[in-house]
Amino acid sequence: MSFLSYLIRGISLGSVYSIIALGYTMVYGIAKMLNFAHGDIIMIGGYVIFTIMSTIGLPPFVAVLVGIVLCTLLGVTIERIAYKPLRSASSLAVLITAIGVSYFLQNFALLIFGADAKSFTSVIKLSPLELAGGKLTISGETLVTIPLCIIIMVFLSVFVKKTKVGRGMIAVSENKEAAILMGVNVNRTIAITFAIGSALAAVASALMFSAYPALSTTSGAMPGIKAFVAAVFGGIGSIPGAMIGGILLGIIEILSRAYISSQLADAIVFLVLILVLLVKPTGILGKKIQEKV
Amino acid sequence: MAIKKTTKSNLITIAILIIIYIVCQILIATGSMSNLMKGLLVPLCYYSIMAVSLNLTVGILGELSLGHAGFMCIGAFASSFFSKTMVDVIGNTFIRFTLAIIIGALSAALFGMIIGVAVLRLRGDYLAIVTLAFGEIIKNVINVLYIGIDRNGLHFSMQDSMSLNLLEDGEAILNGPRGITGTPKNATFTIAIILLILTYVIITNLVNSRSGRAIMAIRDNRIAAETMGIPITRFKILAFSISAGLAGVAGVLYSHNISTLTATPKNFGYNMSIMILVFVVLGGIGNLRGSIIAAVILTLLPEYLRFMQDYRMLIYAVVLIALMIFNWNPTCIQWRENHSLKNYLPMFFKKEKEGL
Repeated sequence: MSFLSYLIRGISLGSVYSIIALGYTMVYGIAKMLNFAHGDIIMIGGYVIFTIMSTIGLPPFVAVLVGIVLCTLLGVTIERIAYKPLRSASSLAVLITAIGVSYFLQNFALLIFGADAKSFTSVIKLSPLELAGGKLTISGETLVTIPLCIIIMVFLSVFVKKTKVGRGMIAVSENKEAAILMGVNVNRTIAITFAIGSALAAVASALMFSAYPALSTTSGAMPGIKAFVAAVFGGIGSIPGAMIGGILLGIIEILSRAYISSQLADAIVFLVLILVLLVKPTGILGKKIQEKV
Repeated sequence: MAIKKTTKSNLITIAILIIIYIVCQILIATGSMSNLMKGLLVPLCYYSIMAVSLNLTVGILGELSLGHAGFMCIGAFASSFFSKTMVDVIGNTFIRFTLAIIIGALSAALFGMIIGVAVLRLRGDYLAIVTLAFGEIIKNVINVLYIGIDRNGLHFSMQDSMSLNLLEDGEAILNGPRGITGTPKNATFTIAIILLILTYVIITNLVNSRSGRAIMAIRDNRIAAETMGIPITRFKILAFSISAGLAGVAGVLYSHNISTLTATPKNFGYNMSIMILVFVVLGGIGNLRGSIIAAVILTLLPEYLRFMQDYRMLIYAVVLIALMIFNWNPTCIQWRENHSLKNYLPMFFKKEKEGL
């Protein structure tokens, strides 16, 4: 029973990672950049929701909604100010800019919200579900996180495949120049991608901080890196890949925390990533890139 | 005999470093250097070594590595462990520290080679994330590792210092998250600057050698290089392990400059690797002198921004973003060309030769 309970917790954490990884993977697929500031948008989202709920005292639903809106605006603004001027620059230059944005967001939050860690109140007021006569308890957070992750995933897949904007995204990610010739507005498509990614980051932050309530200015960084690992794990650029990668990563992390060593859990996660990439260099669902001479 | 252009440029860099060294020594001797600055001299050197050595991987080999701090970590712990155990055996500081440097460099290079063999067939961003993962693994493993020594030899444990089962004369050297305490503080500014010059000479010699040209050929076009009969894997691993070994040297300086050596996310985490990468990119990819200049300026900048208190890292971030945009944005590049000093003061600049 304890194994099953760890497994469910792993899937729950993994679902959060997948939601973050979706933002990473979409931005990577379309703008071909590693958005290192993505983790910090999660952190900002957490602070916004926390402030609205605890300081102003509005209901969680409103707080999450405002969080999503603000994060979306933040993501689009960052893209407009910092990344758009560098569209034609080398990927390394964009990477460093993303790091600069990450420093900026962390220190901005430090200035406004202070250095001491806050304790996040859960936005989910669902009572835990008890199964098998109380032996297996599933928390309310888990009950919301897993279905929500599946809904987001299905919604995004349909959005990308069926709508005009979504197909524009695929076109830009496959061949930017050809997409321009076909009349796709590349700048708008990239902005929409950042908006979606940041909105998802806000959703992920509400779910993550509800389950793991320690909120500080650096608490977005490690989940961000792990979600990035999850995206690479599943094959970066692929939406189902991010989902599979995220959930696998969550399960591996929780199980190794429970059965091997809590201090080594991160190292084990990274080791599995390396092993997967050695066998499949482009991730689980990654496409093989043909190299032209 | 005419000196080659590259040799001349290298000699200039070395001369600048020596002049800076002499100026610093004069300032120290006359007592006009602040304590803050004195404390920064050795860090400036090891950050420069890190930047120059990472430039070998990023600029010359053309592979993005986000785990450079991991190699520094290995060099730091290996050499610190050696110095701590040998402090009574080898009395001569010079010999002991030289051996420590060699051990730090070799152990880091060995890990670089192992990691290189495993991951250098990955490309681009995949390689970046795997090197990041390796850096984190190294840091995590050191944090759970306990090593002690007694008359029976070394004892290893991954639980706590009690389970090392040391005899009464034994001593736990590496204490998991508490790290290594009491490493002799042998790293002086003189040694640091000598190591920096040495690093610089090693890398420039490599770059201007047959191997270096092969490495750059791989960077510019892997398939073409392979067609020309260059053994890709061998040269990639060569460059990667030299880069790792030199990062190990920086680690030796780091560990012999502080009293308590611990592996925290701050000093050996991916943030450090990224900071070094920032030095490399801002200094100019492939430009070794630029790496040193960027490392020095960007290490001093936050210190000199201290008067702005809480705003200083915010300013630092804004400066970083602004610099990147100023450097790479097409409009800014155009503006720079239009407003270049060459247009206003043409008499000070030699006319560029037209054609080849």
